[in-house]
Amino acid sequence: MEEKKIIEELQNIFRDVFDNNDIFINSNTVAEDIEEWDSLSHIQLIFEVEKIFHVKFTSREMLSWDNIGEMAETIRNKMNRL
Amino acid sequence: MLSQFKELRRIVNRIDVDNSNLATLKISLLGDSSTQFLSVALKGVALERGFKLDLFEADYNQIERQVEDPNSDLYSFNANYTIVFFSTHKLLQKYNLLADEQRNNLADESINYIQMMCKTIPGKIILFNYPEIEDTVFGSYANKVTTSFTYQVRKLNFNLMNICLQNSNLFICDTASLQNKFGRNWMFDGSKYVNTEMVLSIDSLPFISSRLMDIICAAEGKFKKCIIIDLDNTIWGGIVGDDGWEKVQIGHNLGIGKAFTEFQHWIKKLKQRGIIIAVCSKNDEDKAKEPFIKNPEMVLTLDDIAVFIANWENKADNIQVIKNILNISYDSMVFIDDNPFERNIVRENIPDITVPELPEDPGDYLEYLYSLNLFETVSFSSLDNDRTKQYKVEAERVVFQKKFTKESDFLKSLDMVSTVSGFDSYNIPRVAQLSQRSNQFNLRTIRYSETEIAAIENNDNYKTLAFTLSDKFGENGLICIVILRTISNETIFVDSWIMSCRVLKRGMEIFALNTIADYAIKNGYNHIIGEYIPTQKNGIVANLYIDLGFKKINNSIPPQFELDLNGFIPKESYIKSHFI
Repeated sequence: MEEKKIIEELQNIFRDVFDNNDIFINSNTVAEDIEEWDSLSHIQLIFEVEKIFHVKFTSREMLSWDNIGEMAETIRNKMNRL
Repeated sequence: MLSQFKELRRIVNRIDVDNSNLATLKISLLGDSSTQFLSVALKGVALERGFKLDLFEADYNQIERQVEDPNSDLYSFNANYTIVFFSTHKLLQKYNLLADEQRNNLADESINYIQMMCKTIPGKIILFNYPEIEDTVFGSYANKVTTSFTYQVRKLNFNLMNICLQNSNLFICDTASLQNKFGRNWMFDGSKYVNTEMVLSIDSLPFISSRLMDIICAAEGKFKKCIIIDLDNTIWGGIVGDDGWEKVQIGHNLGIGKAFTEFQHWIKKLKQRGIIIAVCSKNDEDKAKEPFIKNPEMVLTLDDIAVFIANWENKADNIQVIKNILNISYDSMVFIDDNPFERNIVRENIPDITVPELPEDPGDYLEYLYSLNLFETVSFSSLDNDRTKQYKVEAERVVFQKKFTKESDFLKSLDMVSTVSGFDSYNIPRVAQLSQRSNQFNLRTIRYSETEIAAIENNDNYKTLAFTLSDKFGENGLICIVILRTISNETIFVDSWIMSCRVLKRGMEIFALNTIADYAIKNGYNHIIGEYIPTQKNGIVANLYIDLGFKKINNSIPPQFELDLNGFIPKESYIKSHFI
């Protein structure tokens, strides 16, 4: 899957988890950009992302991303390996 | 089907829905790991079941702080239910730091601490037990080493059951069984734990919350009382109308009969526990009854069935007939049928009844039904086994009544006798159970535990009355309780008046009032005050006091009623009394 499609899918997940259809994300989006994104909802996001993309992140990976683009890259690498 | 975590979160965060008419429950939640997601899941499941939670969630790892300080938030919040979650994970960390000899005492020390909590925490305590973590440091040999973690955790879980017997306010939420059922890998997610201190996986939270709410709902009087079963391919293999009573599959010889035999044993255990069994089958009645009478492999007998309906009518209509005979609400029933078509008809017509989506393979019936945990309870007495017999006897009375045109003639001919006593160690479990189960003839719906009932019996400000009822057909057992409280030298207040629905329309209300009035007059009181607290289910007693001759006290909310005992004349009840 290419990055653009992954980010589109991530945007759907964000809107679902935050219950807000006015959320727009791109590869540069960071946690500070979205009001409802805190450590609690971060875990929920990860949980939903794992389910939708059928991947599992390691404990290190969950701490490693600086922005959405980096999360998307991890997802893409895992999906390519499948 | 349980809602997923994200559904539950959505339910909790809904601002457009009006929850103000839901009953509120005060709950405290203490944990030694991260409980934030658990509290969200719990609130969501509670809302699904019609309760709004007023939840005090202690900060991370504050159990000891909250429990040991009498001025803590836990005590000032004073919840009805306190959920305490000591995790196996933290227990293992504690174990890891102990020297070998100290490890021998781990289970005992935990038990002692929990016993102390049972004496200081108010209300009901719901404690998680300990799902096992097999660290395989000893392999299976851990079973032979008392200082192994496996040995200590099993000892702890076993002893928890024993202290439950001594502390009636302590209830166990069996997360160990949940882990047995679904697996360790389901319950624990290592990578999320490392980042969040959550020892429960998000997948497991809806199930754990559901088990917690099962206990709380049971304590609040919302629980299943009846299971309605289909016959063909549900409790035996094949169709009795076609195959005949000899060829239906049950027992260990014919086809998959084993599955149905084991299923019947489960239903039999439910009956022994006090769950009412009813049959609702599309069959000719005589053909449907034949296996029960003639087939030696049958586990269930006709005596086990309180109401037996076999005809060709619509099952939803038949279930309505069952409901009217048993006089219980639809939401206290479970309907089991192998046919998805029948299940859907019942679901659509009776939304309140629980209809498990039975798997296609009868070999899978039991494990599926086990996973639903349908029959949670907070009380059990050896008298529960008689419940089916009492409903059967009731069905006989209904037939007898049809012979009389005048109700007073019918009542007179029943030869009813009521034994009146106080509360004692023999009847206290049944008294508490009546206060917890009864929803309809219940004036103030106050739920009492056995401990609280015992305290009332010993308190001189209270007068307690327990009534049994028997008639020419048999015993009804303890069917009415009244708790009176002294307000002044002249006035007593009816704190509780609860009657089992099995004995409505027999004149018991009149008999009870006569007993109350007699006690009051003999002890110098001249006024009785009663109160009616309306709920969704107790509409039938809204006018009870008026019907009994009380006068409504103006502007009283909730409505209160007063009876002036000067010139009180007892009405005829056709019940003879027998005092103990």
